[in-house]
Amino acid sequence: MTSDVQAVVAELNDLCADLEAAGKPVAIMEICGTHTVSLFRTGAKSLLPSSLRLVSGPGCPVCVTSQGYIDLACDLAAEPDVIIATYGDMVRVPGARGSLETMRGEGAEIAVVYSARDAVKLAEENPTKRVIFLSVGFETTTPGTALSVLEAENRGIDNLLILAQNKLVIPAMHALLGGGEMPINGFLCPGHVSIVIGSDAYKPIADQYGKPCVVAGFELHNMLLALLHIVRQVAAGENRVENVYSLTVTEPGNLHAQAIVDKVFQPCDAVWRAIGMIPASGLELREEYGRFDALSHFDLEMGPDVCPAGCICGEVIQGQATPAECKLFGTGCTPIKPVGPCMVSSEGTCAAWFRYNRNTARTVE
Amino acid sequence: MCLAVPGKILEIVDSGEPVIGRTAMVDFQGSRLEASLAMVPEAEVDDWVLVHAGFAMSVLDEKEAKENWDMLKAALGDDVELVGNEPTPKGDEDDQ
Ligand code: SF4
Repeated sequence: MTSDVQAVVAELNDLCADLEAAGKPVAIMEICGTHTVSLFRTGAKSLLPSSLRLVSGPGCPVCVTSQGYIDLACDLAAEPDVIIATYGDMVRVPGARGSLETMRGEGAEIAVVYSARDAVKLAEENPTKRVIFLSVGFETTTPGTALSVLEAENRGIDNLLILAQNKLVIPAMHALLGGGEMPINGFLCPGHVSIVIGSDAYKPIADQYGKPCVVAGFELHNMLLALLHIVRQVAAGENRVENVYSLTVTEPGNLHAQAIVDKVFQPCDAVWRAIGMIPASGLELREEYGRFDALSHFDLEMGPDVCPAGCICGEVIQGQATPAECKLFGTGCTPIKPVGPCMVSSEGTCAAWFRYNRNTARTVE
Repeated sequence: MCLAVPGKILEIVDSGEPVIGRTAMVDFQGSRLEASLAMVPEAEVDDWVLVHAGFAMSVLDEKEAKENWDMLKAALGDDVELVGNEPTPKGDEDDQ
């Protein structure tokens, strides 16, 4: 342990001990799946005082994608002359009747792409096919998708369709907090999302609910420092937005990216897996770009979000349960044979627990 | 899809795609990939950028770029490699 890490851990220990003694133990939610994984992988979790509770939030776009969306993607994959273009993480997410991988086995064309731009290229190269891009993700991936739609529009590429299920982080935080007394004292906010939305985006959360929000990167010292800044604020009864990550995170964020997203997409109500509908927490194509909308092209509607029997993903991503509390964890549900989306995505809370915390989790169980 | 990768701009070209506009050949610790600069119009050759799913989202200084690699390693392990432009822990499949 380097001395700067030691110093941070020592102060965290002292402050958390004082708060616990005062009957106010601290709980902090990490919103982002990359934080969940990094907190395990860097060993940060093992350095923290036992009185500081870390709670994983909903921040993995694969995990919050509703089953209805996966089922729809599978239905579309079965249509004639269709290529599904998707980020790799989505391929194995189980729906009601199997996953995109199952569909591929049955002859459907499923192309893994790394960027929405690749979907535009795919459409251009396959003019007789309809290329459907599964547009999921938080604020970091959406600007690229929006720009790709504009590119396709500009070049008259008319066989690209978008199945939009882009999600917004801030409305999800409102929904978590608005439900009543949320036993969370503050938020560890994701550095990369914050580059796009800006640190000012967390101000309403800090102000309205009195919760400190601190933007952090994913490296050991930086995450611990952010946790310390949150705990310091809790101890002092403050609720500010701070950024310990980087100068790259500005207060307003990346305005170019925001403008491009705003041109193409508009907020809409969205279903979060196992949580349900959260008002204005998703994005849909604006009317001007309606011809790219896969749902209206095929005249389809998203089916209901059904959770696989026994899976408690919804509670896990709302910080109400740990994966170890799920009866299927590590037995019926593993990364090789995942039942819920939280086990499919490598950033999912259940997958992170399985990889790094299985033994501890078992003893907890 | 979520992880951003820091890289150094080696060369800037016009993609020929009217909206995508300028793209850069970016060096990610030895792997070279193309990234759109539409979201960072200020970026120049030799700048460091943080790339998300093929789109640069911010310009970094070198120190921050290094820290971002350290973060990627912290998140994914020391053997992080790029598959497409997706940072992936080496041998990810076998240890699951
Ligand atoms: S362990 Fe599997 S079944 Fe249980 S909550 Fe997690 S993803 Fe769902």
